[in-house]
Amino acid sequence: MKSVRCVDLCKTYRQGDLEVTGLDHVDLEINEGGFVCLSAPSGGGKTTLLNAIGGLDTPDSGEIYLAGDRIDNLSKGELAEMRLHQIGFVFQAYNLIPVLTARENVEFVMEVQGVAAASRRKRSLELLEEVGLGGLGDRLPAQMSGGQQQRVAVARAIASRPALVLADEPTANLDSQTSDQLMELFVELNEHHKTTFVIATHDQRVMAYARRVIHMLDGRIVDDERRDEA
Amino acid sequence: MGDMKIVLRLAWRNLWRNHRRTLIMLAAIVVGTWAMIFMTALMRGMVDEMVKDGISVLPGHVQVHHPDFRDDPTISNVIGPPSGELLEALRRPEVVAWSTRVRVPAVISSEQDTRGVTLVGIDPDQERGVSFVADDMTEGRFLESPDDKGLVVGRKLVEKMETDLGKRVVIMTQDPENEIADRGFRIVGIFDSKLDQYEEGFVFAGQGTIQNLLGVGDAISEVAILGTDYRDVEGLTRRVADAAGADTEVLPWNEIDTYLGSMLAVMDGFVIVWIVVIFLALSFGLVNTLVMAVFERVREIGLMLALGMTPRSILTQIVAESTLLLVLGLAIGNLLAWATIEPLKSGIDVSIVGEGMEFFGAASVLYPALYLKDVVLANVIVIVLGFLASLSPAWRASRYDPVRAITQVE
Repeated sequence: MKSVRCVDLCKTYRQGDLEVTGLDHVDLEINEGGFVCLSAPSGGGKTTLLNAIGGLDTPDSGEIYLAGDRIDNLSKGELAEMRLHQIGFVFQAYNLIPVLTARENVEFVMEVQGVAAASRRKRSLELLEEVGLGGLGDRLPAQMSGGQQQRVAVARAIASRPALVLADEPTANLDSQTSDQLMELFVELNEHHKTTFVIATHDQRVMAYARRVIHMLDGRIVDDERRDEA
Repeated sequence: MGDMKIVLRLAWRNLWRNHRRTLIMLAAIVVGTWAMIFMTALMRGMVDEMVKDGISVLPGHVQVHHPDFRDDPTISNVIGPPSGELLEALRRPEVVAWSTRVRVPAVISSEQDTRGVTLVGIDPDQERGVSFVADDMTEGRFLESPDDKGLVVGRKLVEKMETDLGKRVVIMTQDPENEIADRGFRIVGIFDSKLDQYEEGFVFAGQGTIQNLLGVGDAISEVAILGTDYRDVEGLTRRVADAAGADTEVLPWNEIDTYLGSMLAVMDGFVIVWIVVIFLALSFGLVNTLVMAVFERVREIGLMLALGMTPRSILTQIVAESTLLLVLGLAIGNLLAWATIEPLKSGIDVSIVGEGMEFFGAASVLYPALYLKDVVLANVIVIVLGFLASLSPAWRASRYDPVRAITQVE
């Protein structure tokens, strides 16, 4: 079973007066439980592809399938519902809701899903423990370091046990030591939960953790480097 | 909506993210609400006093006349005393008091002056519960029986006619045959009225004495009836009209004194205009607060949308922020209004502008009147219009594109 399948994706967008090619006939398949990095220089299309896979952006043409279901033709409401239940997101920065504590941020997606309070609480405390933030559940984001905030975001991303986690430059604002810790956490979660991870990055240190690295340039896949992934 | 709890929690916490801005807006809502309710209570109090004074002078809440009496208020247009069904209707619990009167235009002459007045023949016991005269005696005595031969007059009339308590005056009027009917009366009592025109224009004598003077037997000019609430006289008027029969005219006070009646209607409209005007001033601040609050959180809203929160939940969250702010402001504003009106219920002396007030029929002491319906109206208008005002920024926030919102540079 493929976790992600993209067929002939094209996307252009305007940047001022310029028309920029975001995706140029992209075909891609990612297996369930994969740990994949999308690598490209700035403007290379990795974030555009990640957004398209995550249902945050719609392609101009082509098809996207998540766990076998086509998503590129869904309405905004259906896409929101799909994101809520099937995908976990970790963004580069501003990942947390500032007025919610770490625990409440982890619970956020589950709460929107309607998970009972007791279950949410138990799960969020377990996850905070798992990402090394046990005992910090009552802290607000402003009271935490960048690395700790990203760990909370990771805990939130996997809280509702999504099949797929999409991370866009998750280490961009972290120092190298914190980046390594975060990536080790990703790997551990990937192995432990069998969650598929797709990470957009241009950081070589991050790519070193991936089992597959897809290199993009000007919206096209130029190299698909498979390491130990089937 | 399953995520209502998180939506409300976010709304409440976001409200207090910028304490200063929220407190300033809250203060504006509190002051606005206070002003709406306090000023309305003052205006209501003023009009209430005017209407109550007007009603207590003579009209009562409902009157029964001969059908031609209003066009020609002479002794030719009289009715019989209440009997049968009308008398039964007057004994119902909704009737607080009633009195019969003989009422004719007359001329009063003292040694010094002659003036036109309205001569009112009353049954003192009945009249005591209906009009002001018995309560506002300042000198001498009130009439003691329908056959009392004395005359009760107003202070201003006494002064203008240069007469006094115990002196004799002559009353001259016309009987039903248009013959002059006159008689000397001794002034036995002097009354004050809040309204000068009544002190100058009305004199009171025993009903039986006037009926004898005019030779009309037990005929009367009118029955004045007092119900429980001057604002609710429709039912009473209808029931009295049914009982009084077709050969009478039964009118509520606001048709008898159309000036007072229209004042009440104008006041109802004015209250709504006043509340809406204050709200419009408030709404600019409210919308500005929300627009700023949304503008500062574009990325956060984008994040919530990206995580799967629906646009409808985002819209609800912004509207909830506005509603929470309004509800809080209204609650404090209502309390403040109540706390400032209660101590003033014993009256506010506005005698410094008293002459001007009396000119249009208001007393020189204002009694603020806090009506539940006015408080409800102010609260409902603020909540409903506040909700509508918050829709625009809320709608815009809910329409954000998550990708653009998350990547927006502050």
